[in-house]
Amino acid sequence: MKLIAVTSCPTGIAHTYMAAEALEQAAEAAGHEISVETQGAAGATPLTEAQIAEADAVVFAADVDVRDKERFAGKPTVTGSVKRAINDAAGLISEAVDAAGSSDAAPKPAAPTPPPRTHHAALSFGSQLRQWLMTGVSYMIPFVAAGGILIALSFVLGGAEIAAIVDGGTFQSTEYPGVSDLSKLFSEAGFAGVMFKLGATAFEMLVPILAGFIAFGMADRMGIAPGVVGGLIAVAIGAGFLGGLVAGLLAGAVTLGLKQIKVPRGVAGIMPVVVIPLLSVFAVGFLMLVVVGGPIATVQSGLTDWLDGLAGANAVVLGAVLGAMMGFDLGGPVNKVAYLFGTAALASDNLTVMAAVMAAGMVPPLGLALATVIRRKLFTQPERQAGEAAWLLGLSFITEGAIPFAAADPLRVIPSTVVGGAAAGATSMAVGSTLMAPHGGIWVIGLIGSPLGYLLAIVVGTAVTCGVVVAAKYVRRDTGEPAAQAEPTTATQAIAA
Amino acid sequence: MSDLITTDLVDLDLTGEDCHQATAALANRLAKQGRVTDVDGFLSDVRAREEQMPTGIEGGIGIPHARSAHVTAPSLAFGRCAGGVDFGAADGPADLVFLIAAPNGDEHMTILASLARRLVHESFKNALRTAPDADAVVTLIEKEVLGR
Repeated sequence: MKLIAVTSCPTGIAHTYMAAEALEQAAEAAGHEISVETQGAAGATPLTEAQIAEADAVVFAADVDVRDKERFAGKPTVTGSVKRAINDAAGLISEAVDAAGSSDAAPKPAAPTPPPRTHHAALSFGSQLRQWLMTGVSYMIPFVAAGGILIALSFVLGGAEIAAIVDGGTFQSTEYPGVSDLSKLFSEAGFAGVMFKLGATAFEMLVPILAGFIAFGMADRMGIAPGVVGGLIAVAIGAGFLGGLVAGLLAGAVTLGLKQIKVPRGVAGIMPVVVIPLLSVFAVGFLMLVVVGGPIATVQSGLTDWLDGLAGANAVVLGAVLGAMMGFDLGGPVNKVAYLFGTAALASDNLTVMAAVMAAGMVPPLGLALATVIRRKLFTQPERQAGEAAWLLGLSFITEGAIPFAAADPLRVIPSTVVGGAAAGATSMAVGSTLMAPHGGIWVIGLIGSPLGYLLAIVVGTAVTCGVVVAAKYVRRDTGEPAAQAEPTTATQAIAA
Repeated sequence: MSDLITTDLVDLDLTGEDCHQATAALANRLAKQGRVTDVDGFLSDVRAREEQMPTGIEGGIGIPHARSAHVTAPSLAFGRCAGGVDFGAADGPADLVFLIAAPNGDEHMTILASLARRLVHESFKNALRTAPDADAVVTLIEKEVLGR
């Protein structure tokens, strides 16, 4: 494998070169080629365009900013401190090899490397899009893991009613006022209540972070503000993670466009400070709020009416439809319609609908977690990590656990969660399971009627989700698109000039 | 230019309570040879670098260093410290201390760069640990770093 690295330290006398030497030794020992650019006091001999184009992965071992980082846009990247490179060069090298998509993936392009300054065009649009999405996903995963696990643990410690205790609402016919004064949260809702609130807060940032760092992947630092604001609006208008994807891509594109504008030298200084942030935040926010917001509300009310019309239809069909909706956008507007339909049915003592809805909502994270275990190679390193947390999230009916997968590869993952959700919903209806709680997952098993049939529904849905996603991911392999190019590690940043 | 290191810049029995004392002892050797014009000024430059991030690295190495206006020639002072001095490395104190003094300006930096590159080689470190006297240290460094 061909690797490149940049090393850089504060003084540029010692550690820059030690890191370079250590990386060279470690790469050689592991049987890889490496070229290192030492950005130190002795002057850097820059990596050539050809070296960069040929490289499978980039290692940044730097305690200060790497100069001209945009040269490496689109490359799988591993970042570490200079000391890490000196002390554990072998570890960094093996991470870089992982980032490049493990040694057996991604045959090197046979075509000659592209001419200088056109390396953006070297990536197909599809690969580049996946790279941007993956950047957003890799920054979002810690929020999913922390928030999801905190919420799950709060259910375990405090019972599923903890959500109603903190936020207010009805649980098992008991009306809870909720905690409005956060300073009283601990005394009124206890440790579990605090955990639930923290988890919910982390979850609120999930879509803004996704959108912000997709835009960062596209347009570098300037993309973050419009991306995050667009993501917050996606949350506010109930657009879910799909709205976040739209906001992030929109913000990246708008920012890239604004950066292209040539302005007189005198104005150039205020472009990045005032003009680009102002215009990009306004444009993205306006589009999300005014243009995207309206249709979503229309679709939601249309779907609600449609479901009401289906209420008398065959129960298994209704379960399949609700399940498909739960899996479609994983906490987004369509999912919300199905969930509210379930809670409305619960309020009118129709307990089978709620059961089907929850089963379908548990299946997406479980099915994807299973897929990362049985077909590891089909998933990137960040996705595999997300898979580890997704087990607990799925068991706790935290459908958002599937978002990292869906956001990284929506066209293959969403069909699997839709079909798997439908299978779970239909099975739950067919076995006649009931549920007396609006959430809680496996932790409210005591409130579930015919629990064995319910477990069957979850197992069926999980298996179907897993099967469909694995099949869909193989389709990508068959078309010969190198998956590796879209596989940065968690420390990765894709930078576009 | 003068040599990077001479026997007067080698201290095989370096002592010091902490990294600052050990560094100061080596800096005084540089000053005696006229390679550093103002010891206190130089030491404060070294300390500023050390405070940014400790220079110790795993394997018993401390590399206090600075580019400073008080340095007249690129120099290395080397100390071996049986008791060890803490330079902030994760795995404990350093027994090999390299004080690198670089003048402002970009000349001679390649020599210091190749010195730094040698420091990650286990064989170089072991040879320094077992060198019998200052002459052997100077010969070893000249051979490994300057290739002569």
